[in-house]
Amino acid sequence: MCLAVPGKVLDIEERDGTRMATVDFGGVVKEVCLEYVPDLKVGEYAIVHVGFALQRLDEESARHTLALFEELGLLQEEFGDPWEAAAASQGWDGAGGTPPAALNDGERETSR
Amino acid sequence: MKYLEEFQNPELARRLLDEIRATVTRPWALMEVCGGQTHTIIRHGIDQLLPDEVELIHGPGCPVCVTPLEVIDKALEIAARPDVIFCSFGDMLRVPGSDRDLFQVRSRGGDVRVVYSPLDALKIAQQNPHREVVFFGIGFETTAPPNAMTVHQARKLGIPNFSLLVSHVRVPPAIEAIMTSPSCRVQAFLAAGHVCSVMGMGEYPELADRFQVPIVVTGFEPLDILEGVRRTVRQLERGEHTVDNAYPRAVRSEGNPAAQAMLADVFEVTDRAWRGIGTIPASGWRLSERYRDYDAEYRFSVDGITTREPAACRSGEVLQGLIKPHECEAFGTACTPRSPLGATMVSSEGACAAYYLYRRLGTTPTPQEASPVA
Repeated sequence: MCLAVPGKVLDIEERDGTRMATVDFGGVVKEVCLEYVPDLKVGEYAIVHVGFALQRLDEESARHTLALFEELGLLQEEFGDPWEAAAASQGWDGAGGTPPAALNDGERETSR
Repeated sequence: MKYLEEFQNPELARRLLDEIRATVTRPWALMEVCGGQTHTIIRHGIDQLLPDEVELIHGPGCPVCVTPLEVIDKALEIAARPDVIFCSFGDMLRVPGSDRDLFQVRSRGGDVRVVYSPLDALKIAQQNPHREVVFFGIGFETTAPPNAMTVHQARKLGIPNFSLLVSHVRVPPAIEAIMTSPSCRVQAFLAAGHVCSVMGMGEYPELADRFQVPIVVTGFEPLDILEGVRRTVRQLERGEHTVDNAYPRAVRSEGNPAAQAMLADVFEVTDRAWRGIGTIPASGWRLSERYRDYDAEYRFSVDGITTREPAACRSGEVLQGLIKPHECEAFGTACTPRSPLGATMVSSEGACAAYYLYRRLGTTPTPQEASPVA
């Protein structure tokens, strides 16, 4: 019940002195009250809960977050310890013992 | 807007999990406050994908589950009256009262209707001027503004036959209650994103500071949960305890000022009993003096209620994160979604329902039971 879902504003009209919109939730269309986000425009997205828009969905923040996720791990591969990376790819967990014999410094160079 | 789907991307999830694994060095216990997040976590097995060091404790953020039994019983009394049309969100239909539920009231002739929005209930009141229309106003800070606006509209439009049975609850006092409990193991919180869409983040720095816990505002997609966990673990490992926003696309630090202003006008803060937990000071809202005419508790004097909670139900411990649902002896045997002992087995946000639907844990539900009830 408490879940709010993103929807896209299709059109806006005043009804009984209240700002209302029709909002598309991936094919399901519902009437939504815009009184709490009055500057929401047709074509924009909002978080909607029980028939009320509660917050505009910020497209730029969403893209920024996704770009951050894309970068995660890449930096680790780029700047991380090549020994660890190579050992992980060979199934050696690095916890004690010696690394597999084939992994000498010369081979590490050629594998990069 | 392609990103609506991208927040379900498994490749990005793997990267976040790798990052968490690379950061964590010792055990940590995080509580996700919101029942909606609990369902995402169990449905996608996020708790099992995380490294063993990271434990997710499920919090009390299921409004259906914490609505006190006394209020449920009042709702059932009011709904059974012949002059009343009782409107509710679907989740409340199967919530057990002391001796029946709303579904049974309806099957015995009560006019109980499920609505998508409180404004639908107001419309029903306009269409039925000779009947009393009561809306069951429960929920956290996310749901309170829609209900507040509906009462405000009822007064503005002069609709006298509409009233609200109110049992709203607030997150920050619950966090305080959890942290001051002697059995508390929680070291950090994933705060409920949509509560913060409304209230902003201003209530949390004091809590983070006083209890030395990171509080990370977190969304509801699997990637959002993982990002919330990643940021929380990073803080824990560094010995930090700040308020952070891992859900900026839907949460601004100031929240929604228009919604906050409406809440302050229509409601006032009150002590509230949480089902299975007990009374938490200043943890709820009731209608303010100005709107008392629209309060169903005043309009219908419902007294002499004696509540009766099944002894076998341990939902109070589940809601406080003291046990996991399957550790209750009644789970999946005496208590199932078809025949629930407690509200946590009914609600689409209840932890017991999540474990029952997505993680069978040795019990085999019938096909009817495997589909959500509400």
